[in-house]
Amino acid sequence: MSQENMKLTLHVWRQSGPQADGFFETHKVSDISPHMSFLEMLDVLNEQLVESGKDAVAFEHDCREGICGSCGMVVNGMAHGPQNLTTTCQLHMRQYKDGDEIWIEPWRASAFPVLKDLVVERAAFDRIIQAGGYVSVRTGSAPDANEIAIPKRYADSAMDAAACIGCGACVAACPNASASLFTAAKVAHLGLLPQGQPERLSRVAQMVMQHDLEGFGSCTNHGECEAACPKGISINFIAQMNRDYLKSQLLSASSLTRKTAEKHA
Amino acid sequence: MQQVMRITRTNVALKVVMALTGLLLFGFVVGHMLGNLQLYAGPETINGYAALLKSMPGLLWAARIGLLLLVVAHVVCATILATRNAEARSTPYRKPKHQRSTYASRTMYWSGPILAFYIVYHLAHLTFGFAPHEWSYTDVYSNVVLGFQQPLIAGIYIVGNLALGIHLYHGLWSLCQSLGLSHPRYNRYRTMVATAAALVVTIGNISFPISVLLGVVTLAS
Repeated sequence: MSQENMKLTLHVWRQSGPQADGFFETHKVSDISPHMSFLEMLDVLNEQLVESGKDAVAFEHDCREGICGSCGMVVNGMAHGPQNLTTTCQLHMRQYKDGDEIWIEPWRASAFPVLKDLVVERAAFDRIIQAGGYVSVRTGSAPDANEIAIPKRYADSAMDAAACIGCGACVAACPNASASLFTAAKVAHLGLLPQGQPERLSRVAQMVMQHDLEGFGSCTNHGECEAACPKGISINFIAQMNRDYLKSQLLSASSLTRKTAEKHA
Repeated sequence: MQQVMRITRTNVALKVVMALTGLLLFGFVVGHMLGNLQLYAGPETINGYAALLKSMPGLLWAARIGLLLLVVAHVVCATILATRNAEARSTPYRKPKHQRSTYASRTMYWSGPILAFYIVYHLAHLTFGFAPHEWSYTDVYSNVVLGFQQPLIAGIYIVGNLALGIHLYHGLWSLCQSLGLSHPRYNRYRTMVATAAALVVTIGNISFPISVLLGVVTLAS
């Protein structure tokens, strides 16, 4: 932990487009305050680059408060950097000391093609959600609040799963580039609540299928995703997804819904 | 059948197949280790046990073919999944830093193939008698002792069983996840049980070559 301003050596992944070959480009930045966030440090680098007429490093960001899920990069081999339960935007430079070398890479997964530098295309997540991440509701007059009783244990667990911000760190950290944690969290946060019951089994079947169609890898239970997740989502949700998936494939009622779904597809 | 084919399209389903076949193979490994403990009871006991198994050729071959099918299914699924996983991360990281994964979890694709080679060697040596020493179809006890008296053979068995232990440690815990066996009340016991089972099987199996090497188990006894 440093109190003085720092000089750092950055090795940043540069890639001009999805088809281009990427490479690490080395830059030195100085006068980095320990109170800066990691993205502010990159802002300093980008100012420096723009002033010298070079192309700024592209990276995604939005809220910079750790809740939107836009930012994310692999810093020294760790998704979102070294601090647990923290997105890249909430990582602060006090984690580093003067003279440190920092390697910055994009999320690496075939299902997340690099668009430019550190920006990856995460539309695969949207398609997994579209495959089943919804509940059907009756429109019309608003239902009474608290009309449906939800046991606290289920409400709490659903909220734990719903904390997922869809940043993609689980995919980035997984040695197999699997999106099992993301998919499991989304399956669970609807599947645990009464409103999610009618589509519970067809949801998990469709989302698991879409996950694989996107080209994410399989879960081999390393647990790296749980360690990297800025929201601390538990891999117990993956077990729950697997259990629901098995039910969806083995119970006849769900195979009917799937056949119906295929007819409409 | 169509339903079965449909299920195997997803990775989750393939993992379920791996978990179930792995669990059954683990059951065999435990039984095999327990049966072999009769080595310590002397030649009559273990040779009698071998004769008993061989007196039921129908059952014996059914079990052997069953085990072979389990191994084939396990390996086929592992190969498909490993290929898909490699494709899913086509560009590797410069130097990924592991936070939660274990040595065992990261080396499953190594311990698995090592086990496969070891099993082929083990079958050739003690089941089919391609042994660099005197070998008899009925005298199992002498086959084992004469084999393990050669440090190279004993070493192969020790390495093979260390790979088995490492594979079991991750596999036993992992199969709970794959089958959806997860509950806050007993989740912390999953790794404990996996560790204990892997240790018991490994220590039991490795004790045979070591006992022979140390001269605890000899031909004369």
